[in-house]
Amino acid sequence: MGTPLLRIQGLSKSFPGVRALSDVGFTIGYGEVHALLGENGAGKSTLLKILSGALKRDEGTIDFADQPYEIDTPIQANDAGIVTIYQEFNLIPPLSIAENIYIGREPTNGIFINRKLMFKNTQAVLDRMGLALDPKRIVSSLSVAEQQMVEIARALSMDSKLIIMDEPTSALSETEVEVLMNIIRTIRAEGISMIFVTHRLKEVSEICDRYTVLRDGNFIESGSIGDVDERDIIKLMVGREVNALFQRREYVAAENDDQPIALRVSGLKNVFHLNDVNVTRIQGAGFEVRRGEILGIAGLVGSGRTEMARMIFGADERAAGTIEVFGEVVDIQSPMDAIDAGIGMVPEDRKQQGCFLELSVAANMGVVALKSLCSGFGFVDRKKESEMISEFASKLGVKMSSDRQKIGNLSGGNQQKVIVARWLAANPKILIVDEPTRGIDVGAKSQIHEILFDLANQGLAVIVISSELPELLCVSDRIVTMCEGSSGEILNTVDATEEILMRRMSGL
Amino acid sequence: MLNEQTTQISAPKKAAKTEFDVIGFFAKFAPLIFLIVLIIAFGLANERFLSPRNISNILTEVSIFGLMSIGMTFVILTAGIDLSVGAILALAGMMAALVATGGNYEGAATDSATIWWGFAFLTAIGVGIAAGLLQGFTTNWLGVPPFVVTLGGMTIFRGITLLVGGGGPISGFDAGFRWWGRGDIFGVPVPVCLFGFFAVVAWVTLKHTRFGRNVFAVGANPEAARLSGINVKFVITAVYTITGFFAGLAAFVLAARLNSAEAVAGMSFELRVIASVVIGGTSLFGGIGGVAGTVVGALLIGVMMNGLVMLNVQSFWQQIVIGVIIVLAVAFDTYAKSRRSSA
Repeated sequence: MGTPLLRIQGLSKSFPGVRALSDVGFTIGYGEVHALLGENGAGKSTLLKILSGALKRDEGTIDFADQPYEIDTPIQANDAGIVTIYQEFNLIPPLSIAENIYIGREPTNGIFINRKLMFKNTQAVLDRMGLALDPKRIVSSLSVAEQQMVEIARALSMDSKLIIMDEPTSALSETEVEVLMNIIRTIRAEGISMIFVTHRLKEVSEICDRYTVLRDGNFIESGSIGDVDERDIIKLMVGREVNALFQRREYVAAENDDQPIALRVSGLKNVFHLNDVNVTRIQGAGFEVRRGEILGIAGLVGSGRTEMARMIFGADERAAGTIEVFGEVVDIQSPMDAIDAGIGMVPEDRKQQGCFLELSVAANMGVVALKSLCSGFGFVDRKKESEMISEFASKLGVKMSSDRQKIGNLSGGNQQKVIVARWLAANPKILIVDEPTRGIDVGAKSQIHEILFDLANQGLAVIVISSELPELLCVSDRIVTMCEGSSGEILNTVDATEEILMRRMSGL
Repeated sequence: MLNEQTTQISAPKKAAKTEFDVIGFFAKFAPLIFLIVLIIAFGLANERFLSPRNISNILTEVSIFGLMSIGMTFVILTAGIDLSVGAILALAGMMAALVATGGNYEGAATDSATIWWGFAFLTAIGVGIAAGLLQGFTTNWLGVPPFVVTLGGMTIFRGITLLVGGGGPISGFDAGFRWWGRGDIFGVPVPVCLFGFFAVVAWVTLKHTRFGRNVFAVGANPEAARLSGINVKFVITAVYTITGFFAGLAAFVLAARLNSAEAVAGMSFELRVIASVVIGGTSLFGGIGGVAGTVVGALLIGVMMNGLVMLNVQSFWQQIVIGVIIVLAVAFDTYAKSRRSSA
């Protein structure tokens, strides 16, 4: 196999009180797509930060392209040939694709930027990737997937030998993931290596050549993807067999049919301003969900599934359509109205829309139910509050040192449990959860699923939106598909397969 | 070596949190420690510094800024800012003086004013509340950032004060009016009593009421607050109304203490008020802080100014020292924030 491109030996890194990486070592060959796997907190991010120059290692040696890899800054890492593409892109939205790709290293004529050459070089890189994008396009007009392509193009334009991608597919739809996979194959064929960090194991077996698993900062195993299956990898990641993973709950649709319809929406339509024009994304969407049932909403990114949920919850304006809760038409204009009608929503973006990162677990959990905890004059009953918090923390298995702990210091899975608890404490009749397990490790995922099952068993109507079809097929009793802003027929999950859902989501 | 740790499947990654957090502790108590050190140092340097008379002076002077700082704490907790408090103070004081003297620009010469001081009091508070309410509405419904709204408010209210005030000061209020600035309750100056009382009320409001909790939530993440069913617009309007109320109250107390109201009153007060809040540890990014810190911050500035005067330090130096403290306080806040987000 010759000398590898990257060889890591005895790598360790400690933070005050935490040993984030301990004696980690593995190698990556030329033209290899390497999956770096592990639960949240396994040390993947620390390792990436060391490779990208954002952190310094305490111990260990790294050899890159037959040279000792000694860098202090991300710029030096780029110069050495390692480029990292983070989940949050580092693009500047109002600039063009070419300007973004060559930012900080623009080709010049004396003191002036040689724009012609810049556009020409950019076109060359885009062609190399097989992308039909105009180098002069403004980045803010691109889709998330296209922006990611620009990041990859930038990495290629720097002649990098190793491209690190942190959760590259988490914000992409299934078709966009396919495009990305093709680009990765093209790049690999040129002899460029990649480190691929993802929670989606299906993609790992599809695209990766080799893998390395980390757990609790320790190196667990490296090997060839062909020698293991998804179950083996999960076992390595969590250090135990996960039986509950993707296990369906017992449910017979017919038995539930005599339950009242908790939520019925019809004729939903939205209108919003985009670049001075009125745009309608949702047109004639609707569905119904019964008490004690979990309804999945499937759709590609951009199909309007999140917009529909936000409209029902009053987070975005509704141009038309009716919402009925247990047979009564409710006029929802704001989240406050929705809450009064008994609807809760766990939003899509946990950090931006869900958590108060600087506030305590207690404040995060109590925020919706506060009203019911207040005596006259709006005084919070502290005793009732702490009782409620410990009740829900133990019910949902939130791991925390105390309820005064900042939610920002919890893992993603625990944060999500707190957000779910926030709604349960307010005792809703209908709960919408948008991407409940995005960016959450495998173990916590199945815990969240269990929680959803419990809620349905207790008589809540639960609506789950997810871009992972296996997850939807696992948790939902029925599934409605969204395609370009309108909803299809509701399917019983027992009759659904990924292929059927994909066809409907793509409008075939 | 490898096996030692693999046995621990759920490694206690958060173990560090239970250890003593030096920076966290310092962030919380640095202003208080600094205040105590200052008091001891000035007390040793000049024996008159700790005389009852001087302490009473410091506290009374601090109270007027302190009242406004309490209001400002609410605003800054929502990640907002109110630059207009000094101008609102001038306007509210002027209107109160006009009411107290029956519109007599010469002022009432004697204590025989015919108009009850209570009307002047209500005027000052009412003007403050109205000004704050107006700015809160503008911020919410026109979507103008509070920095700009209150910057505009600052010059608008100052201009109105000059218009209605006719240029000169209005002085000469009756004893009932003056009591609010010069009187005492069991030996404690009335302004100090007010400051203490409202500090406690504000502390209880922020800690123990739904409204207070919502102020923190809106400051920490306005979008998450909205999606949690909090009426964000109401909270924002309310906090500017609260600063307006406190500016009005401070205006009345200041006019009573000086026995006079003038259009240039409260010039650049907003800077010292904001400084008190920020030095007290309330984050300009919103969501972190509280009234207890603000009280310490207000006292810190007051003690510093008074102490430097006692040591015969040129007044220019006071401004320099306070400026340095503000920058250090904000630098620390920014550092603590970056440390939190990388943890």
